Amino acid sequence: MLSAILSLALLLMLAPLLPGVAARTRSLLTGRRGPPVHQLYIDLWKLMRRGVVYSETTTPIFRLAPIVVAATVVIAATLVPLDRTSSVLRFSGDAVAFAYLLGLGRFLLVLGALDTGSSFEGMGASREVTFASIVELGLFFAIATLAVATQELSLSGMLGAPLGRHWAQAAPSLVMVALGLFSLLLAECARVPVDDPSTHLELTMIHEVMVLDHGGPDLALLLFAGAAKLAVFSALVVALIVPAPARSLPVALAILVAGTVGVAIAVGVVESATARLRLPTVPLYLAGAAALAGFGLVLVVR
Amino acid sequence: MHSLAEPILLLVVLTDFAVLATSRLSACIRAIASQGVLLGTLSLVVDGAWSIHAIALALGTIAIKAMLLPWFLRWAIREASVRREVEPLVGYMPSFLLGAAALVVSFAVAARLPATGSGPLLVPVALVTVMIGLVVLITRTKAISQVVGYLMLENGIYLFGLTQARRVPFLVEAGVLLDVFVGVFVMGIVVFHINREFDSISATNLSELRES
Amino acid sequence: MILLALILMPVLAAVPAFFVTRPGARTALLLGCATVHVMLVARLWTMVGTAALGGWLGVDGLGLIVLTVNSVLFIVVVSYAVGFLRAQRAREGRVLASGMLVFLGAASLVALSHHLALLWVGMEATTLSLAPLIYDRHDRRSLEAVWKYLVLSSVGIALALLAVFLLATAQPSVAGTRPLVLDDLVAGAGSLDHWWLRASFVFAIVGFGTKMGLAPMHTWKPDTYGEAPSLVGALMAGGITSCAFLGLARFTQILVAAGLEGFARPLLLAFGLFSLVVAAAFIIGQADVKRLLAYSSVEHMGLLALGLGLGGLGTYGAVLHVLNNGLVKGLLFLVVGNLVLAAGSSAAADMRGMLRARPVSAMLAVLGLFAITGSPPFGMFLSEFAIVSGAVQQHHPVVAIVALALLAVIFVGIARMILEIVLGARPAAPLVAIDRERPWMVLGPLVLAGIVLMLGSYIPSALQQQLARAATALGGSAP
Repeated sequence: MLSAILSLALLLMLAPLLPGVAARTRSLLTGRRGPPVHQLYIDLWKLMRRGVVYSETTTPIFRLAPIVVAATVVIAATLVPLDRTSSVLRFSGDAVAFAYLLGLGRFLLVLGALDTGSSFEGMGASREVTFASIVELGLFFAIATLAVATQELSLSGMLGAPLGRHWAQAAPSLVMVALGLFSLLLAECARVPVDDPSTHLELTMIHEVMVLDHGGPDLALLLFAGAAKLAVFSALVVALIVPAPARSLPVALAILVAGTVGVAIAVGVVESATARLRLPTVPLYLAGAAALAGFGLVLVVR
Repeated sequence: MHSLAEPILLLVVLTDFAVLATSRLSACIRAIASQGVLLGTLSLVVDGAWSIHAIALALGTIAIKAMLLPWFLRWAIREASVRREVEPLVGYMPSFLLGAAALVVSFAVAARLPATGSGPLLVPVALVTVMIGLVVLITRTKAISQVVGYLMLENGIYLFGLTQARRVPFLVEAGVLLDVFVGVFVMGIVVFHINREFDSISATNLSELRES
Repeated sequence: MILLALILMPVLAAVPAFFVTRPGARTALLLGCATVHVMLVARLWTMVGTAALGGWLGVDGLGLIVLTVNSVLFIVVVSYAVGFLRAQRAREGRVLASGMLVFLGAASLVALSHHLALLWVGMEATTLSLAPLIYDRHDRRSLEAVWKYLVLSSVGIALALLAVFLLATAQPSVAGTRPLVLDDLVAGAGSLDHWWLRASFVFAIVGFGTKMGLAPMHTWKPDTYGEAPSLVGALMAGGITSCAFLGLARFTQILVAAGLEGFARPLLLAFGLFSLVVAAAFIIGQADVKRLLAYSSVEHMGLLALGLGLGGLGTYGAVLHVLNNGLVKGLLFLVVGNLVLAAGSSAAADMRGMLRARPVSAMLAVLGLFAITGSPPFGMFLSEFAIVSGAVQQHHPVVAIVALALLAVIFVGIARMILEIVLGARPAAPLVAIDRERPWMVLGPLVLAGIVLMLGSYIPSALQQQLARAATALGGSAP
C-alpha cells in the first residue's frame, strides 16, 4: 500500500516533466534547441501566482471544470498499478471506472468550453467529443482484450505481476493492444498526429482551443491534468510492455520513471516524424487504433 | 508451423488495412509490395523445413509480387500521372469498418472450420485478405486500385494455398505465379490504354456498354 | 507424348507466329498447326485411358469431347481468319495469330488435365490469351469490354483457384494418393472431408460459373462478345465456355463420387434456371445481334448447368450439349460476323436485307438460327430433348416446364432478329468493307453446319461410347 502511494506521488510529481521531454525530443530531432525540459514547471508556478478573470456570461460550471478535470485524472491514476504489483485503489471492474473517470473529466471540460459561449470553444468541444467517441471504443477494446487474456477485471490484476505469463500465451494480441494503446495515447493527450500542442491556431486545434478562456490557477490545473493524463497513459503502456515483476520498490520506481520518460521520448519521435492529419482523416486514424485493439480482442477470443 | 509465422501473418493483416485506409496510390502499392515480401517469407517459414522447393517458391514470390508487379504498377501511375483515389464509391471510413467486420467474420468462421494443421492464424488471415481484396476491388474507382484489390485477393488465396504447401507441387505454384503475373501485366497495359483514351484511369468512365 | 504435343505445339508455334513478318507464312503456320492438332485429337480417340506426366494428364470421355470441340472449332476459326485477315489488308494479325495459338494450347491443357490445379493454370491461360484480341478496334468501347472481361474473369478464376485449394484441404494426406489428381480424388472420395468439399464446390460454381457466364456472373459477356471480333467471339463462346464447363464438371464428378449429390445438384439447378430466365429476359427486345448471341450463350450455359444438376438422362444431355453448343456457336458467330462486316454495324436495324447482299452467309445464319434454338433435325434438338426429358425422369416436372417455356421465348426472340436481318428491307446505308463473299469466310461455317446436321440424326458409336462414359462418371445415365 505504501509503495503504491509512493509511486503515485512520484508519478504526479514527474508528470509535468513529460511534455517537456516530448517537446525537447521533437526539437532536437528537427534541429532546434527547444524550450528547457522543465518548462511546464515554470509555467505552472507562474500561473499559480496569477489572478483569474471570469467572463460575465459563464456559470459556475466554468469554474468547476478545471477542478473536476484534474481530480478525475488523479483518481484514475490511483487505479493503475504503478508499483507493478497493486494500485492504491483496487476493486473488480475498476478498469471500467478508469475509462469513465476520464470520460467524466472530458465531459466537464467540454461543458466548460461550451459554457463560455464562444464559437471557437464550441468548435473544439464538438471535435473533442466526435473523436472521443472513437477513442473510448478503442480503450474499451484494449481493456476487454486484457480482461479476456488475463481473466481479471481490475487494472491491477490485468497489468500486475502475472502479465508475464500471459505474454507467453497471447503475445500477438498483447502487441496489438500495446500498439493500439499508444496510438490512442497520442489522440487522448492531444499530440501529433491528431492535435498539435505547439500551435495556437484556433481553426485546427482541438484541445487547446477548449481552454482558451481559462486563466491563472484554472489554466494551471488544466495543464497539470493534461500532463498527468500523459503520465497515466504512459504508465499503462509501460506496465503492459514491461511485464517483469519488480523485486523491490526502488526497482519498480526506476522502471516507472524510465518507462514513462521513454514513452514521452517515443511521442516526441512520432511528432517529429509525422505531420498532423487533416481533420477529416482523424477518425480514420482513430478507427485504425481502435481496430488494432479490436484485432487483439479477436485474436484472444478466437 | 514455425513461430515466426504468427507475427508475419499479423503484419499481413496490417498491410490489408493499410491498403484499405490510404488514398495515395503509391502508398497502396507500397503496402501490397510489402505484403508480397511477407508472403514470400511466409512460404519459407510455414513448413519449418528449408527445402529447395520452399526457397525457390519464396524467391519467385518475392521477385514477382514484391518487385516486378509493384514496379510495373508504379510505372503505370507515373505514365497516367495519378496520385490519389479521389472518389471511392464507398468512403474510407465505411470501407475500413467493412474491413473490420470482415476481420471479425473471418476469425469467427475460421474458428468453426475443421483444422488444417497449419497453425491457428493462417486460414483466418487468408480469409480476411480475400475479403478485403474484394472490398477494395468493388469500392474503388481507379483502375489501378482495382488491380491492387485483385492482387490482394490473389494473395489471400495464395495464403490459403500455403496450408497445402507440401502437397501442391512446384510446377503448379510456378504456373499460378506466372498466370498472376501475366494477368496483372495485361491489366496494366489496359490501364495504360484507358489513360490514353480517356485522359483518366477511372473505371467509372467505362460505362458506354450497357443494355439500352 | 501426344498429350504433351497437343499442349506444347500450339504454344511453341505462337512464338514464330508473333515474329514472322510475312502474312502468308503466318497463315500457313496457323493452318498447319490447326491441322496437326485435329489429326492428333483424332488419333487420341483410339487412345482413351492413356496418361502422361504421372497421371497429371489423361484422356477420358468428357475431356476428349471438350478437346474435340476446341480443336474442330479452332481449325474452322483459323480457316475463317485467313479470309478475315485478307479482307482487312491493313491488318498484320500478329497478336491475333499468336493469341489464338496460345489459346489452343491452354484449352488443350484444360481438357487433358487430370490434376485440378493444372486445369486451373490452363483455364487462366485461356482467359489471358484472348484478352488482347478483344481490344481489336483500339477504341473506347473495346477498351471497356477488355477491362470488364479482365477484371470479372480474373476474380472468377481467382475464386476457382480458392476452390482448388479447398479441395486439396478436403483430401486427407494418405501415402500413395496423389494430391489433387482427379482419379485419386474420385477413387478415395469416401475419405474426403465433406465440410471442405462443400465449400470448395460453392467457390467452384461461382468461379467457373463466371468463366462460363452463368447468371448472375454473366455481366461481362454481352459487352465482351459485342466488342470482340467475331472469330474471337466464336472461340470464347464455343471454346472457353466448354473448358469452364469441364472445370465445373470435374468438381461435380468429385462431389458425386463423395456422395454429396444432394448438395451439388440444387445449386446447379438454381444457377441453370436463373441463367435461362436472364437470357430470355434480355433476348426479347435485344437490338444488337452480337449481344443477342452473348445472351444465347448465357442460355446454353444455363442448360449445361441444368443438365449437370439434373443427373440421369439430363447429364447425358449436358455432355452432348457441350459438343453441339461449341460447334453451333462457332457457326453462328462466324456467319453473323460476316454480316456485321458487310453492314458495318451490329445493330439489327442497320443489317436488314442480307439475303441479297450476302446470300451464303444469310442462308447459313438461318440454318444457325434453327440449330441454336434446338430445332430438329439439328444435333441440339437431341441434347436439349435429353436434358428436358432428364428433368421429367428425375421428377422435376416444374423444371422441365419452366425450361421449355423459356426456350420457346428465346426461340421467338432469336428468330425475330435473325429473320429480320436476313429478310428485312435493306436500309439506305450502303454496304461497307468487303465487296463480295470470300470462300474462306463461309467454308468453315458450312463444314460446321454439316457436322451439326449430322449429329442430329447420327451419333458415331465411338462418340456414343464416350458420351455414355462421361455421363456415368458425372452420376448420370446414358439412354
